[in-house]
Amino acid sequence: MPDSSAAPANAWLFLTRAEARFIDAALARLIPADELGPGAKEANVTCFIDRQLASGWGSASRLYRMGPWQDGSPQQGNQSRLTPQEIYRAGIRETNLHCARVHGRNFDALPVDIQDGILKELQDGKIELESLGSKRFFNMLWKNTEEGFFADPLYGGNHDKIGWKLVGFPGVAAANYVDLIGRHDEPYRVTEPVSILDIEQGRVQVDAQGSPKHIRIKPAGAPK
Amino acid sequence: MTVTKLKPVDAVVVGVGVAGSIICQELAAAGLSVVGLERGRMVDPAQDFAMPYAHDEFRHDSRSNLIQNLSRETITFRNAMSETALPMREIGSFRMGECVGGAGVLWGGLSWRFLPWDFETHSRTVERYGKKHMPEDCTNQDWGITYDELEPYYDQFEHIYGVSGKAGNLNGEIQTGGNPFEGARSREYPNPPTQATHAGHLFGQAAASLGFTPFSPPTSGSTREYTNLYKLMLGQCQRGGFCSSFTCAMGAKGSPLTAVLPAAMKRSNFELRALCNVIKVNLDSDGKRAVGVTYIDARGRTVEQPADIVIITSYTFNNTRLLLLSGIGKPYDPVSNTGVVGRNYSYQATGSVKLFFEDKTFNSFMGGGGSCTAIDDYNGDNYDHSGMGFIGGGYIVVNSRGAAPINNHPVPSGTASWGSGWKKAVAHYYDRSFAISSHGGCQSYRTNYLDLDPTYKDANGLPLIRMSFDWREPDLKMSAYVTKKAAEIAKALNPSKMSSNPVSGKYNIVPYQVNHNTGGVIMGSDPSTSVLNKYLQSWDVPNVFVIGASAFPQNSANAPTETVGALACWVADAIKEQYVKRPGLLV
Ligand SMILES: Cc1cc2nc3c(=O)[nH]c(=O)nc-3n(C[C@H](O)[C@H](O)[C@H](O)COP(=O)(O)OP(=O)(O)OC[C@H]3O[C@@H](n4cnc5c(N)ncnc54)[C@H](O)[C@@H]3O)c2cc1C
Ligand code: SF4
Repeated sequence: MPDSSAAPANAWLFLTRAEARFIDAALARLIPADELGPGAKEANVTCFIDRQLASGWGSASRLYRMGPWQDGSPQQGNQSRLTPQEIYRAGIRETNLHCARVHGRNFDALPVDIQDGILKELQDGKIELESLGSKRFFNMLWKNTEEGFFADPLYGGNHDKIGWKLVGFPGVAAANYVDLIGRHDEPYRVTEPVSILDIEQGRVQVDAQGSPKHIRIKPAGAPK
Repeated sequence: MTVTKLKPVDAVVVGVGVAGSIICQELAAAGLSVVGLERGRMVDPAQDFAMPYAHDEFRHDSRSNLIQNLSRETITFRNAMSETALPMREIGSFRMGECVGGAGVLWGGLSWRFLPWDFETHSRTVERYGKKHMPEDCTNQDWGITYDELEPYYDQFEHIYGVSGKAGNLNGEIQTGGNPFEGARSREYPNPPTQATHAGHLFGQAAASLGFTPFSPPTSGSTREYTNLYKLMLGQCQRGGFCSSFTCAMGAKGSPLTAVLPAAMKRSNFELRALCNVIKVNLDSDGKRAVGVTYIDARGRTVEQPADIVIITSYTFNNTRLLLLSGIGKPYDPVSNTGVVGRNYSYQATGSVKLFFEDKTFNSFMGGGGSCTAIDDYNGDNYDHSGMGFIGGGYIVVNSRGAAPINNHPVPSGTASWGSGWKKAVAHYYDRSFAISSHGGCQSYRTNYLDLDPTYKDANGLPLIRMSFDWREPDLKMSAYVTKKAAEIAKALNPSKMSSNPVSGKYNIVPYQVNHNTGGVIMGSDPSTSVLNKYLQSWDVPNVFVIGASAFPQNSANAPTETVGALACWVADAIKEQYVKRPGLLV
């Protein structure tokens, strides 16, 4: 049987192969596979990011994009001219240039402790990128990582519901929590979270209103 | 540019959200010909809101296309008049609705009435503590309407939206189980209150042990099937989470789409036009009477809709902007403190205390539909403010929204921000934590205001609205005080870790806070300090009414929508019972 927790092979909508390698490597450090189970790379978050970049979001289609462009105070928020596509493209290229200059290799080919150090420096705004603040690049990568790790698998990430299983989130809610909400000492846990993708691909049945049935793990001491 | 001029109607309504939908229905039911113009798209709940997609956190909470598309129109913002305002390029602090139903489609359903004090913050403060107690530069003023006058309309709104709750004050008699601080109600809520979640229950126990009175606040997530005032049926809330910022697949959330518009749509004298962006209210030659509105329709045509009455219900920002673009009312000047349109913009100062436990789980993903447990002891003037240096307060609440994991995976402070340490903390605490919020109000000040931006334009080339706003010392003190009280309750619960986050520093437009922007087109009893009279009628152009939280002279700590809905019912009555019989100023 194939290992269901390994990310499937991808073909890219937006990323170049080299960019995908960079993101894979970064994800493996941001949410690593460890004793708690697989991480963001295995959850195929790279695919999520690729699809997002290829979507309207990637070209900032719902952001106000008229000038004049001017830096403001932190309270005034993002004033960058760059679209997410441009931020990733420039951020990856320029981080790799930095890595090559300082460490002699691209980011994805560096040892993990050096990768951790680079990510930390990006996060702290300590690497001079030519086109944008490194903090901005890091924050976008990290936000997208969290999104891709926890969003419904229909977006390409959270493969095998790795993120949901990690925290015990049941996914699409079952028909009625009204009676369960008052059972304060009964953790509600399911054997398998339910995703929209599961429902559309026919793996989970739904009732007339479209709500799935959960298979619960019976809490210890709960009535049979 | 060719302008298509349409046949006149009795009333045109600009923006079909919470306020607009009620006005459309009420006036159409009274026999007026009514056109509702909505810039957003039409929605078909049976398709748009269906399961399982209703439970897609990423779609609704992270990338909603039912909130304002900023590529066409946004606001600009600065903390102080000395700064250059810059455009809000992405959604952050608050979300504005853009679809038929407005933000009323996405709202969380918390259906508070305001406290009687909220309507008279100025005079009651002066009466109780003396003039000196009013913060410096504070421009609070009384509404020109009292809680008691609005009470029947609160009641009406509750029977439209099917509000669920427990009365705390029935005709002056305090009731056990309800909020003892609420204003007197004429009857019980239409539906019973929500049941407490585990987190809410623990909070309630701790609060009660400290002598406070916990209760389940009112909500429009209907606790049972309910047939409303317009004979429309609301479903029963399933507490499945995916609620605030989400659409409701169960038809349980009181909203323009479930509780109002299906009734209006049945009438031949009502027409709803979606994808129509109103750009101006047209006035006659002497500027004393509105003759209709101009809008850009879905095909990009410029259209004029003549009407005898113009009702603007396009939310705080565009309510203010449309008046400024149309030359209705004198624009506010913060330097000389004269003029009125744009005056008294305000917000809400909401702090929180985060609690982490090792031995308790909460099923945090359950909830929504306004599943809350709260105390009101520190709201408004419910406690003595002598010597405190601020007025007002906040309610303290556990709001079990339903913690979907993209936007809800708290970790204790000091946790690594990524990597294995972060992952471990997220896995452990996702269901072992909750927050107690100090949901505070905010007073109004001379230099917190709205006007037209001198530089930035919308997609039609019209100036954006500019917000100048910052927290002031008294509001920060208030938040520190109420958050400290919340922390005392938190401590009684013995969490293994906790952190307190009162509002502090400068107002920042980036992090998500509350969707409760108020002021700009305020009501009052004096035309030199208010745009509208007590019937939300323009002092200057009496056939223009402007309804929304834009009318609040300062912000309550409580969520605004029930008051917006009640005001819509109040204005509808004033138009039907008084204005159509005798057009002109009602005051
Ligand atoms: C995620 C979220 C959660 C919320 N939770 C709560 C809560 O729990 N409790 C509470 O009390 N409140 C809550 N609110 C706030 C609540 O939704 C608003 O108070 C309420 O919708 C305001 O009603 P309104 O009619 O003034 O505006 P809306 O309902 O937003 O309607 C305004 C309409 O006008 C339209 N419009 C704007 N400009 C134009 C124009 N130029 N031409 C034509 N149409 C125009 C808009 O597209 C919109 O549809 C929440 C809001 C959000 C976004
Ligand atoms: S929690 Fe209740 S009101 Fe909210 S979306 Fe679900 S069913 Fe509707």
